[in-house]
Amino acid sequence: MIRIAAGLSLPILALILAGGAAQAEDPIKIGVLVAHSGPFADYGTEMINGMKLFLAQHGNAIAGRQIELVDKDDTAAGDVTKRLAQEMITNDKVDMLVGFTITPEALAVAPLATEAKKPMVIMNAATSVITEKSPYIVRYSFTLGEIASTLAKWSADNGLKKVYTLVSDYGPGINAEGAYKKSFAAAGGTIVASDRSPLKGPEFAPFMQRVKDAKPDALFVFLPSGEQGVAMAKAYQDAGLAAAGIKLISTGDVTDEAVIDQLGDPGIGMITAFHYSSAHPSQVNKDFVKAWEAAYGTKLRVDFMGVAAYDGMHGIYDALTAQNGKVDADTTVNLLKNAKFESPRGPLWIDPDTRDAVNTVYLRKVERQGGRLENVEFQSYPDVKDPDHPK
Amino acid sequence: MAEQLFLLLFNGLAYGILLFLMAIGLSVTMGMMNFVNLAHGAFAMLGGYLAITLCTTLGIPFLLCLPMVFVAVGILSAGLEAGLYRRFYRSTQLNQVLLTIGLSLMAIAGATYVWGPQLLTLKVPDFLSGQTRLFGIEVGTYRLFLILAGAAIAGALVFGLERTRFGAMVRATVDNRRMAQSLGINVNRVFRLTFALGSGLAGLGGALAVNFLGGLLPSFALGYLLVYFLIVVTVGGLGSTLGALAAAILLGISDAAAKFYAPQIASFAIYFVMVVLLMWRPQGILGRR
Repeated sequence: MIRIAAGLSLPILALILAGGAAQAEDPIKIGVLVAHSGPFADYGTEMINGMKLFLAQHGNAIAGRQIELVDKDDTAAGDVTKRLAQEMITNDKVDMLVGFTITPEALAVAPLATEAKKPMVIMNAATSVITEKSPYIVRYSFTLGEIASTLAKWSADNGLKKVYTLVSDYGPGINAEGAYKKSFAAAGGTIVASDRSPLKGPEFAPFMQRVKDAKPDALFVFLPSGEQGVAMAKAYQDAGLAAAGIKLISTGDVTDEAVIDQLGDPGIGMITAFHYSSAHPSQVNKDFVKAWEAAYGTKLRVDFMGVAAYDGMHGIYDALTAQNGKVDADTTVNLLKNAKFESPRGPLWIDPDTRDAVNTVYLRKVERQGGRLENVEFQSYPDVKDPDHPK
Repeated sequence: MAEQLFLLLFNGLAYGILLFLMAIGLSVTMGMMNFVNLAHGAFAMLGGYLAITLCTTLGIPFLLCLPMVFVAVGILSAGLEAGLYRRFYRSTQLNQVLLTIGLSLMAIAGATYVWGPQLLTLKVPDFLSGQTRLFGIEVGTYRLFLILAGAAIAGALVFGLERTRFGAMVRATVDNRRMAQSLGINVNRVFRLTFALGSGLAGLGGALAVNFLGGLLPSFALGYLLVYFLIVVTVGGLGSTLGALAAAILLGISDAAAKFYAPQIASFAIYFVMVVLLMWRPQGILGRR
């Protein structure tokens, strides 16, 4: 029995080896790290949709090599992300790692990218510090600092003198608060007070009561996109802050297209700053939104995460095409960080010094357009770089 | 100053009542039946989604949706009890925890499949949104409605469990199952009804919570488990309706006060209060065991 097995094993081995050699071109493997379950599942769906849409439009082969997405559910938990990234590098032999919805995922994988020399494309996670954690990281999304500092500039230019800030008590929130404060103070404004709300708490009424008593000109808010923004907008209405003449200004997370329709009429008139609106009036964007809705419908509308994933795939596609299907880590990073193209969000380029996206930041107002709510842009600040990078 | 304090207490009370509404069903199943039902959040989530479907999609009036959700989730859970839960009454608590966490994960995946991963909201009628004048002070109308609903449910439960024949049967069954059985009480039926009641209440709590929380995501089933369900039940004392009510109001008001007077510590104020209360009364405020 053993003899037969041993006798058979050699030809089988030879067959496997021959099969490997016969396969002319291995696929280009891209490891995707986003959540498909847990609280960030909707973000993950947006991002995967964005990547797939780009590949569907441009063909998923470069120089005869198929592009294969190795997609595993990382549940947006740093430790899981790290384990999966390790698996992808050693077992699946991926050529690069992409995705990264939230900051902890990106920070957990950064050391691995450096060690294994794998390009790492950030398609959402927005804390400034991420790109400094590995020379292989390139970010195609945005940073909160870009948005908050631009909004602060706009506030000062538009006669707001006293502003109260309220942010979610975690990394990006503190990032946004710091950038807003610094930029607003530099423009001569006064910060009345700064509160941080618990990340998971849905109760904003006591905060709104504090804001009302402090009588600022405006309330600046950053909250992660989702139910908290809706709860906050409701509490703002219920506390009668609008009637008291306190304006509500926020980063575009609160009026993210994926949740904007849930804000309903109370959302109309809200002013936000952001780098992408699905109502951006360019032909590129119109075509993009049309293609998106043809592919995925309007149940989950395209938002900044879908766009960043689409743009990230655009950058990767260009970098791989330039290398004619070969993937050299350093060359790829070099190409990725020198990218410049017209994105659905507007002009997008990567700053080669910081490997971070440089965006046009828009001021927008929520309006009803074609039966749904949209962020309608009314002012733009071109080429905004992250204010928190050391350079 | 008085207005400030009134508003603070009102908002704290409304938040506390919300906690009570979401947790009371668990207090019934876990406290009375001694079954660790961590899938409570899944029933609450189901209630929320059913309310959205009935109310927003089918256009049934909100106030009519609420009893429909209560009954629908109750009936569904009775089926689940007969097919699944019953087999685990006598198993260890670890098994119960594993079973119900697994059920929650399945419920999350199921909800993502049926309703999608995006945020859904529940539109409440105009007479329940906006502000109302109460003693000359503007308060949120939905918050006032929550307080009234919470008071009504607490009253009905206390009356039902302390003063009715069914309540006496439930208490007898919980205290001594064998003795109750030998007295001719149909123990299985009592448990099934109790379980359906607890789950129905969970569904009702979920339906009422959606508008307050800002919307519903599939992760709801586990996301709010710790704060909303377990803390209230533990601090209140297992199986005690009034205990859960007292605990929820205490936690709600301390949360509001912490956020208003000392927002720097607001993130953990609710846990601090929990620890202090449990050190003072490990069995819960009104717990018997």
